[in-house]
Amino acid sequence: MKVLVPVKRVLDYNLKVKVKSDQSGVDLSNLKMAMNPFCEIAVEEAVRLKEKGVVTEIVAVSIGPEQAQETIRTALAMGADRGILVKVDGDVEPLAVAKILKGIVEAESPQLVILGKQAIDDDANQTGQMLAALLGWPQGTFAFKIDVASDKVTVTREVDGGLQTVALNLPAIVTTDLRLNEPRYASLPNIMKAKKKPIDVKAAADYGVDTAPRLKVLKVTEPPKRQGGVKVKTVAELVDKLKNEAGVL
Amino acid sequence: MPTYKAPVREFMFLYRNVLHVDRHSNLPAFAEAPLDLVEQILGEGAKFCENVLQPLNAVGDHEGCKRSPDGSVTTPTGFKDAYRQLVDGGWPALGADPVYGGQGLPHVVSLAWNEMVSSANMAFGMYPGLSHGAYEAIHHHGSDAQKDMYLPKLVTGEWTGTMNLTEPHCGTDLGLLRTKAVPQGDGSYKISGQKIFISAGEHDLAENIIHLVIARIEGAPAGTKGISLFIVPKFLVNADGSLGARNGVVCGKIEEKMGIHGNATCVMQYEDAVGHLIGEPNKGLAVMFVMMNEARLGVGLQGVAQAEGAYQAALAFAKDRRQGRSLTGPKEPDQPADSILVHPDVRRMLMDIKSVTEGGRAFLFWTALYGDLLHKSPDPAVREKAGDYMALMTPVLKGFLTDRGYANATNCQQIYGGHGYIEEWGMSQFVRDARIAQIYEGANGIQALDLVGRKLAANGGRAVFTFFNEIDAFIADNADDAQMKPFIDALTSSKAQLQDGTMWLMQNGMSNFDNAGAASHDYLHLFGLTALTYMWALMVKASFDGKKGKPDPFFDAKIAVGRHYIDRVLPDAAAHLAKLKTGAGTVMALPADAF
Ligand SMILES: Cc1cc2nc3c(=O)[nH]c(=O)nc-3n(C[C@H](O)[C@H](O)[C@H](O)COP(=O)(O)OP(=O)(O)OC[C@H]3O[C@@H](n4cnc5c(N)ncnc54)[C@H](O)[C@@H]3O)c2cc1C
Repeated sequence: MKVLVPVKRVLDYNLKVKVKSDQSGVDLSNLKMAMNPFCEIAVEEAVRLKEKGVVTEIVAVSIGPEQAQETIRTALAMGADRGILVKVDGDVEPLAVAKILKGIVEAESPQLVILGKQAIDDDANQTGQMLAALLGWPQGTFAFKIDVASDKVTVTREVDGGLQTVALNLPAIVTTDLRLNEPRYASLPNIMKAKKKPIDVKAAADYGVDTAPRLKVLKVTEPPKRQGGVKVKTVAELVDKLKNEAGVL
Repeated sequence: MPTYKAPVREFMFLYRNVLHVDRHSNLPAFAEAPLDLVEQILGEGAKFCENVLQPLNAVGDHEGCKRSPDGSVTTPTGFKDAYRQLVDGGWPALGADPVYGGQGLPHVVSLAWNEMVSSANMAFGMYPGLSHGAYEAIHHHGSDAQKDMYLPKLVTGEWTGTMNLTEPHCGTDLGLLRTKAVPQGDGSYKISGQKIFISAGEHDLAENIIHLVIARIEGAPAGTKGISLFIVPKFLVNADGSLGARNGVVCGKIEEKMGIHGNATCVMQYEDAVGHLIGEPNKGLAVMFVMMNEARLGVGLQGVAQAEGAYQAALAFAKDRRQGRSLTGPKEPDQPADSILVHPDVRRMLMDIKSVTEGGRAFLFWTALYGDLLHKSPDPAVREKAGDYMALMTPVLKGFLTDRGYANATNCQQIYGGHGYIEEWGMSQFVRDARIAQIYEGANGIQALDLVGRKLAANGGRAVFTFFNEIDAFIADNADDAQMKPFIDALTSSKAQLQDGTMWLMQNGMSNFDNAGAASHDYLHLFGLTALTYMWALMVKASFDGKKGKPDPFFDAKIAVGRHYIDRVLPDAAAHLAKLKTGAGTVMALPADAF
């Protein structure tokens, strides 16, 4: 079985960003970039499926600038077999990403696409769902556990009330949640081998997709500074404050 | 508790902008390591060091190693699992020969990996570190059969290695050695004697330990001319590579010590242990000396690594801790006090540490690159210069960077105030761990003697004169660059001081050796300070060039820190010059019985 794993290049999760002075976005210049942590979980899951013998080939895809190659290399070092870079400069919105991925799915015919549930840069949480809709495939989002049997994938999902298990017919879309697995550190020999694995370079136009943004960012600001809290003496006082000061009850 | 972020950006700056490592991509090893791959390797290695090794640093310090009555040794909780992950990750193979399963990457790349390991957990890092030393000795001097038998498993890390030199009565002066080797007639020897202070001598991390032991073959000459080097495995190795009988070597005791508690420092008892000679009889010291340069460079690295780890902690604390107000008025009036980062005296310490750590790292990497060229360059002239520099710079790197590394770790502790003295905060560990680097692998006093007694004079002073010429050429090349002027001026005067000190030694050290001995420490520091001036000039020039391409606060910071170095650290050089020129004078003035 072939698996497609899209991976996004984002700001390293350890770093803090500053809003640009003109409020047009955040300033990423000279900051260290890395693979989106949810995408790492997706790669890890695909590699584990391969190690179990369920999956035969893992294709890592990234849509982004030239440097997104590094993100693909990281996926290759973790165990993906080959990469596809769709070179796009500037912002690409989830819908454009989903459309490009649809094109790749049509060309590659994977049985399973495993994506991160969201990217930590804009936290959109849309791409997997949009891709499922465009392809007309079933989706299992926020995966906590995945089991693949011959023509089905069983996905245990993290939902508000706890866990929900769904069985999907393949081909299907799965998006990963935080607790699905703990991604491995790439081993040195695998990093060295990854250097020799192929990466195809494509353009959005190859899939007939126009990536021009459809949304306009009006203004980006820092979240308001948190005010200091107060201690309450009784539950009654708490309820009173929630009702009369915070106005949430 | 301190945390650690590996300075991968600093490493890549040195490789890309300062040393231009890609210039050597025609050479073997370098061809395998284009810089974007190196960056990826270090990025992945960084995660391992930050998330697996560093959290065990304090654990190792608190728990230490434990010896059982049967002589077995247990490492601190978590070390065994981390070591298995290290081996599974293939990291010990980084710089090793591909013929024996290594990845064959250049030494200058291994160095960055070693720094990360050492900053994250120095005591842990010594286990693979000593294995690499044993690997080097066997790789350079072992027979083909020995290489085939021992190297593959040392390379993977399945086996570890040790260096057994020291005995109770014999540390610096190896000629006093007593451990004896009796030939068995079948080419093997029986080794008997006691070794002390043996790092990683016994532990539970690997299935076998390959001890390299110096001993005197029965009937060999006294002194250093009768020293031979032997391989003594903990478990004998069968011809098919499987493990055989337990050899006659046990750990009799582990030392309680000031720092590096996670590394077992062992008394090793050898009793008719089977040993195999490496190289020729009585040539053991020559074999050891080949490895010494790299091993000493590795200890110099520990000085930088401890200072870096301590600096990261001290900086985080300085940003967080609020005491007093800025002398020029409150910087955060809405807070009850400013962070201590506003205080010039705190800044002084941070800048001193930062400038010496970054300069010292550059000096290490610059020298290590010559180490690579020494082995890899097809050009005999390059190899000669590389060999000269490796020999000359090694004692300076070891002595200067570990003295400064310890002082810097202490200043990081100072920034924590009283909390620095309290174990819970983790700062005392940096100080205690850094301390050993000044002592082992040749005490720093011995490094200074090696520099003035052996390295300076070798080949008529060829190495040091080549260095002076290189600095002169750099000064001439950049004389018209207005931005570089303060750095060129500093380099000009600092080189003149070093030349002055060198001349003084040449004129006064030969007539009275005590003059050389008494001057040696200050000469070593003068040399280190001058070398770092050159490193800062190189880094600042690279930063000006880098800025032209793309503005980046990284480059501006480099230039500012370089300026701090020449204004506030380099002036120490004058004091060292003045002191060294007094020679044996007051130092030897008191008759011994007046003490
Ligand atoms: C934690 C730890 C780990 C170690 N690990 C190892 C190991 O793995 N393998 C190993 O073989 N050894 C190891 N050692 C031993 C270490 O290398 C020696 O302690 C060191 O070389 C100094 O020898 P010494 O202790 O006998 O001191 P000495 O040689 O007695 O020196 C004492 C002092 O006198 C000075 N001195 C001595 N001779 C001269 C001279 N000719 N001129 C000027 N000054 C001189 C020295 O600089 C020093 O300050 C370790 C030691 C420690 C503490």
